[in-house]
Amino acid sequence: MGYDFDNDTPIYLQIIEHIKMQIINKEFLPNDKLPSVRELSFQYGVNPNTIQKALQELEDIGLIFTERTNGKFVTSNLEIIEKIRQETIDNIIDDFFDSMLKLGLSRNDVMKILNKR
Amino acid sequence: MVLEVKDLKKSFEEKCVIDGVSFKIQKGKIVGLLGKNGSGKTTILKMINDLLTIDSGEILVCGETIGVKTKAMISYLPERTYLDNTKTISQVFDFFQDFYADFDRCKAEQLLKELDLDINARLAKMSKGMKEKVQIVLVMSRNAKLYILDEPLGGVDPSTRDHIMKTILSNFSDDASMLITTHLIADVEKILDEVIIIDKSKIVLSGNADELRKKEKKSIDEIFRRIVK
Repeated sequence: MGYDFDNDTPIYLQIIEHIKMQIINKEFLPNDKLPSVRELSFQYGVNPNTIQKALQELEDIGLIFTERTNGKFVTSNLEIIEKIRQETIDNIIDDFFDSMLKLGLSRNDVMKILNKR
Repeated sequence: MVLEVKDLKKSFEEKCVIDGVSFKIQKGKIVGLLGKNGSGKTTILKMINDLLTIDSGEILVCGETIGVKTKAMISYLPERTYLDNTKTISQVFDFFQDFYADFDRCKAEQLLKELDLDINARLAKMSKGMKEKVQIVLVMSRNAKLYILDEPLGGVDPSTRDHIMKTILSNFSDDASMLITTHLIADVEKILDEVIIIDKSKIVLSGNADELRKKEKKSIDEIFRRIVK
């Protein structure tokens, strides 16, 4: 079972994040078919209902779609993928700044450090 | 509803071990029954399997009261092995085939291969982990409505635990339901839909596993440790 979950956070949310990441970094391309619920359940080592719930949410935000009897596919709408990519980037940067501010650094300090890299 | 337990009570002599326990399991759900040693988990499972009588309350499996019909619908992994040590795996399969109409021998043989076990091996020569695997194969090879696993990971090493969990997950169909007891909560919690925590003969917490994590921002393991002392 090849995925390490952080048990403090709902598992379906972690699966959502992981699949989003795979779409953003192009492991899954637009129009790619996703593995079945059963396969994903086995891959992640979690209950099939948890996978269902994660896929449902991904479908609600339009990142994937269901083709009746055929399975689930990554959207071909590049705008949605770009939007999710931007959101993910923003979230990571927000978290990063939060941590830095907690360390007592100012925004300027952080920018200076980043520029030096 | 696959399983309904209503206001169940049980005492051994004067001591009350189950005091008004009620819960339900829907089709397709995997439910963890969590509690310390001696909290009454195994007693509940034994009553569902008609191995202990009920003092009061009711248990229904797919709408039927406990009896011959419900036994045929339940695939039960008891805490202690009941297998005859002098037999080979193949002989145990023969026995299961005679005994349970829903035993799928092809599936059992395939699972055995996946778990790297030799069908002609004798149980007496097997390690504890190997025997545990054989029992999981037997239980998961029945096409039951309800699977009841009492400590399926008890006393096996982490890599065998992974194999057993995989076997459970990949052979669980969504027409069936499952009730698992364990004290290795951290290992099992990611496969659970719902959890029921019992302490001192009563249910102290129950609910959807991911919702509990969301609400408490803690793992089920931590929630359990906090409320059961």
